[in-house]
Amino acid sequence: MRVYKPLLFAACLLPLIWLGLRIAEVVEPGLGANPAEAILDELGLWALRLLLLTLCVTPAARLLKKPRLYRFRRMLGLFAFFYCMLHPLAYLLLDLQLDFAHLGEDLLKRTFITVGMGAVLLLIPLAFTSTRGWQRRLGRRWNRLHRLVYPAAILACWHFYWQVKADTAEPLVYCAILALLLGLRFWWSPLKGRLFRGG
Amino acid sequence: MLIRAKADIPASEIAPESAWFNRRAFVAGLAAAGLVGTARATPRYVAADGGQKELNGVSRGPFSTDEPANSYEDITTYNNFYEFGTGKEDPHRNAGNFKPQPWTMRVQGEAEMTGEFDVEGLLSGVGLEERVYRMRCVEAWSMVIPWVGVPLGEVLKRFRPTSRAKHVAFETVYRPEEMPGQKRRVLDWPYVEGLTIEEASHPLALLAVGVYGVTLPNQNGAPLRLIVPWKYGFKGIKSIVGIRFQERRPPTSWNISAPHEYGFYANVNPQVDHPRWSQASERRIGSGFSGLFARRVPTQMFNGYGEQVAHLYSGLDLRRNY
Repeated sequence: MRVYKPLLFAACLLPLIWLGLRIAEVVEPGLGANPAEAILDELGLWALRLLLLTLCVTPAARLLKKPRLYRFRRMLGLFAFFYCMLHPLAYLLLDLQLDFAHLGEDLLKRTFITVGMGAVLLLIPLAFTSTRGWQRRLGRRWNRLHRLVYPAAILACWHFYWQVKADTAEPLVYCAILALLLGLRFWWSPLKGRLFRGG
Repeated sequence: MLIRAKADIPASEIAPESAWFNRRAFVAGLAAAGLVGTARATPRYVAADGGQKELNGVSRGPFSTDEPANSYEDITTYNNFYEFGTGKEDPHRNAGNFKPQPWTMRVQGEAEMTGEFDVEGLLSGVGLEERVYRMRCVEAWSMVIPWVGVPLGEVLKRFRPTSRAKHVAFETVYRPEEMPGQKRRVLDWPYVEGLTIEEASHPLALLAVGVYGVTLPNQNGAPLRLIVPWKYGFKGIKSIVGIRFQERRPPTSWNISAPHEYGFYANVNPQVDHPRWSQASERRIGSGFSGLFARRVPTQMFNGYGEQVAHLYSGLDLRRNY
């Protein structure tokens, strides 16, 4: 069990290393004609992938009856947060080039950016309270707080879907995975019993 | 149109590959940085993929910008041509099986001369010109591209359009077996576009057959495509098989797909935003580190061609007629 966590840690860094190699043009394909866009897209995709992977842990542990899987949830969640921060950072540095007036305009006019920013904001308190100390301190409220990951994931998928021009196939795959993951939770939650009782 | 096989070109006329492959030159050292985006010189380049033929007798046409042109590699690997896939690199990757020769074009509608025309014959006698134009994509990126082509109006005149020809409709070829992107209905195939007869007759409007002095690569719309530099890139319909002169305004593909986002005119306009993003500025495409940190540039009204085309739209509410 000891080796799994460092292995997972290394695996979560691979997308970043790969991106670095592409920037340095050590590997093919390089970043192509629009390198800023390539970096932005890659970081955003991995942020979403890791977020969905984090949401896979609970259903996987439950369905496979392997409670040990829960130990990886925090690390996956924190890496999801890490890529979720790098993505807007790249947007700020490479796309906007620190033009903050433009940022304000984008947040108002480019609604898919507003939505994406919402997802990042929701994840900040979760990353902050991810430590064991905070878990203890908040007790049951910790669980309630960390349900914010669901709206964050919905906003993230929406953000992806909304910035596509016509070919929505790829974002819809992510939306479907999220729907499945949220659907499972709903199925297992007491909410379901309450909603369908007496019908 | 004179097309000479690649083998005829003296080696001395072929530009060193490094002129395009700045990306790799860049790895070798930052010294190459200055070359990025400035590869255009005389139209004497031959495509690296070997499929292109040199175009001869190309004169330098009017309206060219002296801004540094994008590299041949950028122009031929970063394309929106959904018939070959929706990713920017898909057209470059998937256009290999497309056959742009021989090519006939169907001309119909309100004109005295209609029928099927062979493209080579159609363009013979009209001098090829190089026009270095800005290309502004509706997605807020832009390039500078040295097209080779003939003024669209010169070609259209040959069909002797009648007084009822108020618009010109264009249609892209439909060949799902050669264009894998057409197997999915991302857009309503075939791609269609249109212009008013005044726009189509404007001397800026170009029927392009080449880029950087060679025939158009498949991913850029071989064998011939439309270039209307004061409009967003999607108006520049590619691989044209049909032209129709008509009285009524023709339907256009992106307008059918998302009418509130893409209008018939699609003139470049920094004051009228796309519903989902701002059109006030644009990213000038460029690979490598210099491209990565390239400054965003403010978008110009009519993509900087206002002096030539603004009169076409006098009295028109451009906010409503986007």
